Amino acid sequence: RPLRSDATDSRAPPPWSPPAPLAQQHTMLRRVAPPLRRALASSAVPHRGGARLLDPGLSSPHALPPQWRRWASAAAASSLPPPPPSPPQGPPRHAGGGSAASSLNPAEVAKFAAIAETWWDSQGPFKPLHLMNPTRLSFIRSTLCRHFRRDPYSAKPLEGLKVIDVGCGGGILSEPLARMGATVTGIDAVDKNIKIAHIHAASDPTTASIEYCCTTAEDLVKENKQFDAVISLEVIEHVANPLEFCQSLSALTVPNGATVISTINRSMRAYAAAIVGAEYILRWLPIGTHEWSKLVTPEELVLALQRASISVEEMAGFFYNPLTREWSLSDDTSINYIAYGIKKSEAPSATPQ
Amino acid sequence: FSPKPQVLRRGGSDPEGLEGLLQRAGGSVRAAGTLPLREDGLEKVGGVRAGDDELDVAIVGGGMVGLAVACALSNMPLTKHLRVAVIDSNPALKSTNYLKKDGIPDSRVSTVTPATISFFRDIGAWEHILQQRHAFFGKMQVWDYTGLGYTRYNASDVCKEYLGCVVENKVLCNSLLLRLQEQKEDIEKMVYPTRLVSLAFPSKSRNVGVAGLKPPSTEAEELRRSNLVKLDLSDGQTLYSKLVVGADGSKSNVRQIAGIKTTGWSYPQSAIICTVEHTAENDTAWQRFLPSGPIALLPIGDNFSNIVWTMSPEEASRHKSMSSEDFVMSVNRALDFGYGPHPNSSSLDHYVERLFSDFGGTAASTKECFEVPPRAIGLISERMAFPLSLMHSHDYVSKRLALVGDAAHTVHPLAGQGVNLGFGDAAALAKVISEGVSVGADIGDLSLLNRYENDRKGANVAMAAVLDGFQKMYSVDFGPLNVLRAAAFHGAQYISPLKKNIISYAMGDRKSPLFS
Repeated sequence: RPLRSDATDSRAPPPWSPPAPLAQQHTMLRRVAPPLRRALASSAVPHRGGARLLDPGLSSPHALPPQWRRWASAAAASSLPPPPPSPPQGPPRHAGGGSAASSLNPAEVAKFAAIAETWWDSQGPFKPLHLMNPTRLSFIRSTLCRHFRRDPYSAKPLEGLKVIDVGCGGGILSEPLARMGATVTGIDAVDKNIKIAHIHAASDPTTASIEYCCTTAEDLVKENKQFDAVISLEVIEHVANPLEFCQSLSALTVPNGATVISTINRSMRAYAAAIVGAEYILRWLPIGTHEWSKLVTPEELVLALQRASISVEEMAGFFYNPLTREWSLSDDTSINYIAYGIKKSEAPSATPQ
Repeated sequence: FSPKPQVLRRGGSDPEGLEGLLQRAGGSVRAAGTLPLREDGLEKVGGVRAGDDELDVAIVGGGMVGLAVACALSNMPLTKHLRVAVIDSNPALKSTNYLKKDGIPDSRVSTVTPATISFFRDIGAWEHILQQRHAFFGKMQVWDYTGLGYTRYNASDVCKEYLGCVVENKVLCNSLLLRLQEQKEDIEKMVYPTRLVSLAFPSKSRNVGVAGLKPPSTEAEELRRSNLVKLDLSDGQTLYSKLVVGADGSKSNVRQIAGIKTTGWSYPQSAIICTVEHTAENDTAWQRFLPSGPIALLPIGDNFSNIVWTMSPEEASRHKSMSSEDFVMSVNRALDFGYGPHPNSSSLDHYVERLFSDFGGTAASTKECFEVPPRAIGLISERMAFPLSLMHSHDYVSKRLALVGDAAHTVHPLAGQGVNLGFGDAAALAKVISEGVSVGADIGDLSLLNRYENDRKGANVAMAAVLDGFQKMYSVDFGPLNVLRAAAFHGAQYISPLKKNIISYAMGDRKSPLFS
């Protein structure tokens, strides 16, 4: 079990205790590289929101003012407090209270609600996503074409496929997928995002058919919805419980369907590039967008998906060249990376392999 | 946008046959439990049908470059389904036969470089050109009036068969049209024989927000159209398009409406063009720099050659109005003994040649002597005169607009590069649109179009600067400068590596004349 729960979430499950049989866990750990083993072992103790290493200290989600800078400075000014018991403000929608199945972190949800209008401003806070979008779409196109045996030279290779974009935001990914012929459903926790996505998609007949819902992955699982391809890009680093999020994504995928997840690696290079570089120096993203402690390494993601009966087939990294100002795919997964997996066709077994 | 899927680890590739079989079967390996394929066709999505007047790409201007864009788009697998229209009131766009070879050659010709020839081959239009009049040439000679030096180029210097091909402009257009006809059955609907009156780009003010009074289909239509460019045509039709390509020449209407500024200046020169006849076939391109401008003699097939003679505007009108016998005599004089002596080589030249032949081998043309061009025996076409200028747009693209060809840049004709830059633009724009379609982008998106601009602007500006430099260098009759120019001639003639670089750059195989 590589991922620790976020204890700052008021609806978080109780502190983690290792599942039986422990012997199998240790066997698995021995086969893993030493740095990862240390990470897995140390994650057995629930944190109070701080990472092992230097962290901007922005993990306290209480007191949510609209400006992120004010939020950042308020959090930095106070010492690391115990997790707040008060319910969060902001417009996140949860399916009933008390259920540990929700993967939403209200703090994260509120972060995105604050900048919802700027989704389609390609120079605004979502500029890096707009710049990165074509590169991740080319990965998705090539893996899905191969998975579903489609002609890669077709203009609409995803024709007839049901695809869901989990955490669609303003629809930056959903619209190109629809243009590639897929039947797209986009879901997001922030209602404003859904509204903006809907309006923007209506202006092009190919994208006007996208179905947008303000809901969560868990709710759709409860409704027994399934899709040929489940895509969730740059979301898992913002959810409360990544392990359960992977389980939900897997439940949404039909057997032998495809799952694509992208996120940022929890490495020193990623801290330098994606947090210090992108947030503080280049000011591409508002400060506090990403918390280093919540980032997921590729190994952790693979293990989490394995538990959810998805076997990761391909992984690629994204590399940004500051001279040409272009993103490109590479083998280097140390900062941004994307993974494509196939859901096993039989029911997931209870014990880990 | 850098789709590089080959970086990914691939398990293995499906054989071509299996994929094709699955495609033809109309399905895919679909997992159990999914909905069947939608019955809707391509245009009807979510109950919303795109109208006949809604296009993907509207090309304003059906000249060589505009038609090349249309042809390239219809040829690539990812873009062949796009709805493309060409707007040009030229009636020649409606004719669809091969032009006969035995007619009088038109004076408006272009020299196409090998890079352009391979572009035409890729889009399938070159075979039509081969059926009509065209002239490959493998040799070139450049010298000036001072008689201090000359340069000969030969295609075998760079191990090629030809340096370029001279083709009449109408043959180029016709071949592109013929290829389009092969690709699309409804080419009639594709060409709009009208002029563009006005363009309206999408802006916030065009969003019509009348709610509730109109039926939903019209509201959806209006919302869709408010995001497209609106083109008003002279015959009253209105078209809507995701992308407008401005290919309407140096006085581009589209560029003016879009408010794109340009930089440039007029040259104090005009060019006279006409067709002359020889006693035998001409197989070399000749260019002599005279005090007022260069005169070029280009073979166009059979015994005919095309003359492009640049001179001051007063001289141009004098030459245009003189009798054809006087004009022919003037041409022969300009090409042969007039204005200065014939150049010849000295022992210093041979020494330099031997010195540089150790680096990178000799070029065959370093050993060739100066030759006198063939005499013109008669003028067989009308003389036309054109003012010359340099022009470059500040931007090639803006939201939902791209400029190609002369609409974006014009250069001096002294190296025959102008339309080749335009064809390079057409190829680059088609490639960028294809990349955009492959990642499901909106083809009018500015960040996509900026890739086209970044690709072409550098190359075009560099070429324009080189040609402008040549024009300025050769327009001054000043002792030391003449010697410098002569040294340049000798260098280009006897230093083989430099000669090969120059040839490759002019042929379109290299991006820069000096650095690789």
